Amino acid sequence: MTAIGAPAAQRARGSRDPNLVRLLVMLVFVFVLMTILRPAEFATLADFNSMMRQFPEYGIMAIGMSLTMITGGIDLGVVGTANLSAIVAATFLIGTVPVGAAPAQVVPYLIVAVLLALATGLACGAIAGTLISRFNIPAILATLGTQQLFTGIGIGITSGRPQSHLPLLYSKIGNTEFLHFFPLSFVLFVVVALAVGFLLSRTRFGAYVYMIGTNAKAARYAGLNNASIILRTYMISGLLSSVAGLIMMARANSAKADYGAPYTLQCVLIAVLGGIDPNGGFGKIQGVTLAILILQFLSSGLNMFNSVSNFYRDVIWGGVLILVLVFNYFFSRRANRRAIREAS
Amino acid sequence: MTVLTSRRMLGRPEPWVFAAIVALSLLVQARSGQFFTGNNLVDLARALIVPGLFSVGCMMVIVSGGIDVSFTAIASLAMYVTDKVILPEDYGGSVLLAYAISAGLGLLMGALNGVLVAFLRLPTLIVTLGTASLYTGLMFGAFAASASGVPPAIAAHGKQILFTAVNNDLGLTSTMPVHVLILAGVLFLVFLLLRYTMLGRGIYAIGGDEAAAERAGFNVRAIKMFLYCLVGALAGVTGIVRISMIDYADPSSMLGMELTVIAAVVLGGTRVTGGVGTLTGTILGVALMTILENSLILMGIPTYWSRAFTGAIIIIGTGVTARQIGLTRRRDRALSTPSKGAQA
Repeated sequence: MTAIGAPAAQRARGSRDPNLVRLLVMLVFVFVLMTILRPAEFATLADFNSMMRQFPEYGIMAIGMSLTMITGGIDLGVVGTANLSAIVAATFLIGTVPVGAAPAQVVPYLIVAVLLALATGLACGAIAGTLISRFNIPAILATLGTQQLFTGIGIGITSGRPQSHLPLLYSKIGNTEFLHFFPLSFVLFVVVALAVGFLLSRTRFGAYVYMIGTNAKAARYAGLNNASIILRTYMISGLLSSVAGLIMMARANSAKADYGAPYTLQCVLIAVLGGIDPNGGFGKIQGVTLAILILQFLSSGLNMFNSVSNFYRDVIWGGVLILVLVFNYFFSRRANRRAIREAS
Repeated sequence: MTVLTSRRMLGRPEPWVFAAIVALSLLVQARSGQFFTGNNLVDLARALIVPGLFSVGCMMVIVSGGIDVSFTAIASLAMYVTDKVILPEDYGGSVLLAYAISAGLGLLMGALNGVLVAFLRLPTLIVTLGTASLYTGLMFGAFAASASGVPPAIAAHGKQILFTAVNNDLGLTSTMPVHVLILAGVLFLVFLLLRYTMLGRGIYAIGGDEAAAERAGFNVRAIKMFLYCLVGALAGVTGIVRISMIDYADPSSMLGMELTVIAAVVLGGTRVTGGVGTLTGTILGVALMTILENSLILMGIPTYWSRAFTGAIIIIGTGVTARQIGLTRRRDRALSTPSKGAQA
């Protein structure tokens, strides 16, 4: 109810999106705060470089998660999908690449491994999407189940051990820096963000995604093939998760079934912070990107305080998530009232 | 008349879950010959107590149209604070005090969920994901929790047993702890609540149709607030049950259990969209899950695959119920259309 009111009020006040403005203010605030608290370490070039290595893996998953949340669903299986994709690629590489092969010989194997990982991601997404769109299982339960299933398959394949001893060339390529500064993972993130942003704002498919999220029944009566569109959003989410999995694999130089366990909550937090309505229908990739940056600044800043236990991060993520929800509630209620006043 | 009732019975999931339990028991008995032994049955009953207690609260939340993933975090934090912070290390008084304190702490934590869900109408999954992260973070961060011993009062409580079952073939003995009476008591009280009070009927009414429940005069906010407080308090009690049964306070031993519990509740026929669910079905669902988990080895499934197995069970269980709902709806529509035609 309140959710529908907020964008109406936004439209009434012109094209300026108050959510993006709020996020920008928050970003600047966190940035300035951290710069004041830790001037020697925060916001140095080296720090930016290390941040650019950290956020793409969960950032790309968060974009996939956001896409499914815009349709009114959720994909809690992103981390499981990422790990399973990486495990498939790693198992393939370990099993096939001959020992002591020259880099040139390894390249075809790497290409196949990457394709296998992406195919795994698509398949995982297709499973989740089918369960949700054809069998009408609520997205929450379906993806809780797929998260267990994919992680479980990963554990089963690897007997719970990390898959290491990958060809060196893989992590070498994975850690390439463009212009000696921009890591490959960061470039991938930018490409993904631009592509999904374009998909959502400039294509028919994007418009359908918003329509289904706003009112699935109305979308169906308008002649949309809801099942097929929902299936495709989960497949995109799966594909993006597998990209994130490949990045994680390059960073850790191994694949394991339980890497990145806290990322699930972090992705939900990013989506909600970025202005994606958990009930579906609203939110932009620009907002999600800003939310990713805010979180990365916070987390990098916190890293510089040695006294802060890693476990406080859980407290902070959980706390921030709830605060943002509460804030959005009061904000949209106020905007709603204003919209009613303006209308009358 | 009898035909009608038996047909109606078969439309309900409980008989099917029961049939599955019987079939599974016979299978395990056939393969191992050890299922229908006194000590195995007592062991199963013992393993059922904690998930059983959790499932009662979980079922009520799902019936009300929500979903809660924070109850294991509440149970862990409540029992840990009770055990390590509030009670002295050599506490030897009544164990009831430990239960009361833990239940009280659980109630407070549940109340936070309640405020966010009932008054701000925030999505239950995201709220409870956030609070779960908050509570586990507090436990490991602020209280630096690690596995530790329990005071004499709780340890003594854990050694109270009702009877001992001896397996003469294998020379194994199993004890039935007194905690099974707590489960029985909770089941009885919740049965009375759901069956005979307006509050209990309100929980079903909200889950069926919140707007209709409100029009019918139910105080939706108060009922939800009560529900989340109750579920929190129940989780607190469960925490003490757990640590006294295993004789030490392990902060992470319950975390992650929530998925299996949700799966069991859904398997037991609780409708994930709310409004439908029974205690009988829930306990049958928990029994089925417990037997499955405890019989994986007997059935020859390697332990590394148990997580994938749980995931598959969640998906199949929710899929079957979702399909049933779809079929009922279609049947209702098929029945209502011609009657409308006849009126016209």
